[in-house]
Amino acid sequence: MKANCWTGRNSVEVQDVPDPSILNNRDAIVKITSTAICGSDLHLLDGYVPTMEKGDIMGHEFMGEVVEVGPGISDGKLRVGDRVVVPFPIACGACASCRAELYSCCENTNPNAGISEKFFGHPTAGIYGYSHLTGGFAGGQAEYARVVLADANALKIESDLTDEQVLFLSDILPTGYMGADMCDIQEGDVVAVWGAGPVGQFAMDSARVLGAEKVIAIDKEPYRLDMAAAQGYTTINFEDTDVRSALLELTGGRGPDKCIDAVGMEATHGASHVHLYDRAKQAVRSETDRPHALRQAILSCRSGGVVSVIGVYGGVIDKFPAGAWMNRSLTLRTGQCHVHKYMKPLLGLIERGKLDPTRIITHRLPLTEAPTGYDLFKNKKDHCEKVVLKP
Amino acid sequence: MKTATRSTSHLRQDPLVRGLGWASALLGVPQVLAPAGFARALGVGDAFRHRSATTAVGVRELAAATGLLARPHPAWLWGRVGGDLMDLTMLTRALKNHNGRGLGRTAAATAAVTAITATDVYAAVTRTRRSTPMELTATATVAQPPDDVYALWSDLQRLPDFMAHLDEVRVTGPRTSHWRASAPFGKTVEWDAETTQDIPGRLIAWQSVDGADIDNAGEVRFVHAPGNRGTEIRVTLRYDLPGGALGKAAARYFGEEPHQQLDDDLRRFKQIAETGEVVRSEGAPGGKRARGEFPQHPARPLTEDELKEALA
Ligand SMILES: [Zn+2]
Ligand SMILES: [Zn+2]
Repeated sequence: MKANCWTGRNSVEVQDVPDPSILNNRDAIVKITSTAICGSDLHLLDGYVPTMEKGDIMGHEFMGEVVEVGPGISDGKLRVGDRVVVPFPIACGACASCRAELYSCCENTNPNAGISEKFFGHPTAGIYGYSHLTGGFAGGQAEYARVVLADANALKIESDLTDEQVLFLSDILPTGYMGADMCDIQEGDVVAVWGAGPVGQFAMDSARVLGAEKVIAIDKEPYRLDMAAAQGYTTINFEDTDVRSALLELTGGRGPDKCIDAVGMEATHGASHVHLYDRAKQAVRSETDRPHALRQAILSCRSGGVVSVIGVYGGVIDKFPAGAWMNRSLTLRTGQCHVHKYMKPLLGLIERGKLDPTRIITHRLPLTEAPTGYDLFKNKKDHCEKVVLKP
Repeated sequence: MKTATRSTSHLRQDPLVRGLGWASALLGVPQVLAPAGFARALGVGDAFRHRSATTAVGVRELAAATGLLARPHPAWLWGRVGGDLMDLTMLTRALKNHNGRGLGRTAAATAAVTAITATDVYAAVTRTRRSTPMELTATATVAQPPDDVYALWSDLQRLPDFMAHLDEVRVTGPRTSHWRASAPFGKTVEWDAETTQDIPGRLIAWQSVDGADIDNAGEVRFVHAPGNRGTEIRVTLRYDLPGGALGKAAARYFGEEPHQQLDDDLRRFKQIAETGEVVRSEGAPGGKRARGEFPQHPARPLTEDELKEALA
């Protein structure tokens, strides 16, 4: 089959590789009908997330049709022919973390738990196509993929919604939603979202669905801000505006009630000496992440507010504003998305027309053009917001 | 993890160790007292640098003699090997830059030192402790009641499903079993074990019987976890690691750090208890045989041969 493989820093290639096969009793093989390129794939592409191997298949956002099931899956749970969306974290459904709905912290699905434990203190769940730190599972930017513990993971789509309406249930829609959910939004809240990429856009939509009165989008790409403005959100371009004073002005001096960091480790900020400091430390690998958006969110948030972090961080950061966090009673909440917890409720919202995930798709390419898709998305060429690949 | 050391007093009676000690003394005394004569005897001339080098070698020999005869320890034997290599280096250089006078004597000395080196290597390798007693502990919480977890563990024949090194456990009697495990460098070790304690739902302990390739003992305690979280498993393993410190270093080099191994074994036990089997990924397709976790296979589907090997 054809698959999009990591071949080294800043390079992916579509290669011919063997077809996947059943390795565990509760595996299923899925013929992929749609898959997407995610912002976090870019951290793998450029090597900021360690433990990538040449030849690794990329991709953790995928859906398709079941073509084979392992002997451990009971017939009622999943059948050949079922149409499924696959959540990016692999959950077992039985460990203490899964029982507490902390699916991305599953204790049983990372065969490289020992490595993950050294990086993070405790191991995290396996993730498809997301380095060997998260298990070394083949990804879904391919014609076929193996779905692990498929009966506990794959979500069956039984209505006639299109692929594009449901594909993002695999990651970015629940991730954006969880960003807003962790904010515990109250009536009249003003929510600021750093990053108007796909996850940021969904965090904005979710904040509104959950009752936010005003939503503010912060980015530097005019086309992304336009996309947010088209939904009725207020926008701030950090390239030509001082973000903190703009936020204070928009909120009568209070600051946003809730702040969402949908940027993560590779934040950019024009001409700031702090950014240069982060960039330099990151270049020599003594700091892995550039937490510029996170610092700004903490400093801008109103006292007693919530800062919700859904942007991906990989290692350690410098100059964390602990003083602001502690002295102003801020709550910091975060996590890789516990996708399974949100899939069904979000599917309901899509069916009822409350959310339209298709609005962010700007590019549709065949799988064989995956490297072009990465280039468009990474370099924000051709107003690229989200790329969907068709095998 | 604790490492005990075994007494080295038996080296005091070892004829080879004593012989090497006296040989060191016999070489060291003339080297220190009459360095010029000794250097001439080697055919390397008696310039100042040759004399001072000879004195230094003599002092080293006397130190080795004192160590080997008074407080014998394998480290002194390895020290001699190091010294021999230094001497060989110097003699080789002397041979290369030789002016021709006494060349035969230098060549003979080189041959003699080569023979001594071989003897020293043999003594050091054979007199280094063959094993290091080790104690390993590990713990994990399994989301199931102690009785169930105990039942899964007490089915000894299933231990190889999650313990990376075990190839087979065969129950041979009500309290006895035969174990086979793989060791570094493709070796296999076997032993018979006896269950020394068995308290359902709480404790299993075992010990290898006389004649084991590796003497070992272990116990597993099953403790109710607070807040109905299931069972805390506490494992203690004691065994004599073959090859001593050298074997340990070699094993570590091949990615078989014992403590990490035990942690990973317990993680796989938890997977079986909670999900029914050991989770495999394309990067670690061997399941329990994913020793040391790195180097990894690329995370792409396996070829037919790789698949056969992984599922074997
Ligand atoms: Zn993603
Ligand atoms: Zn789990």
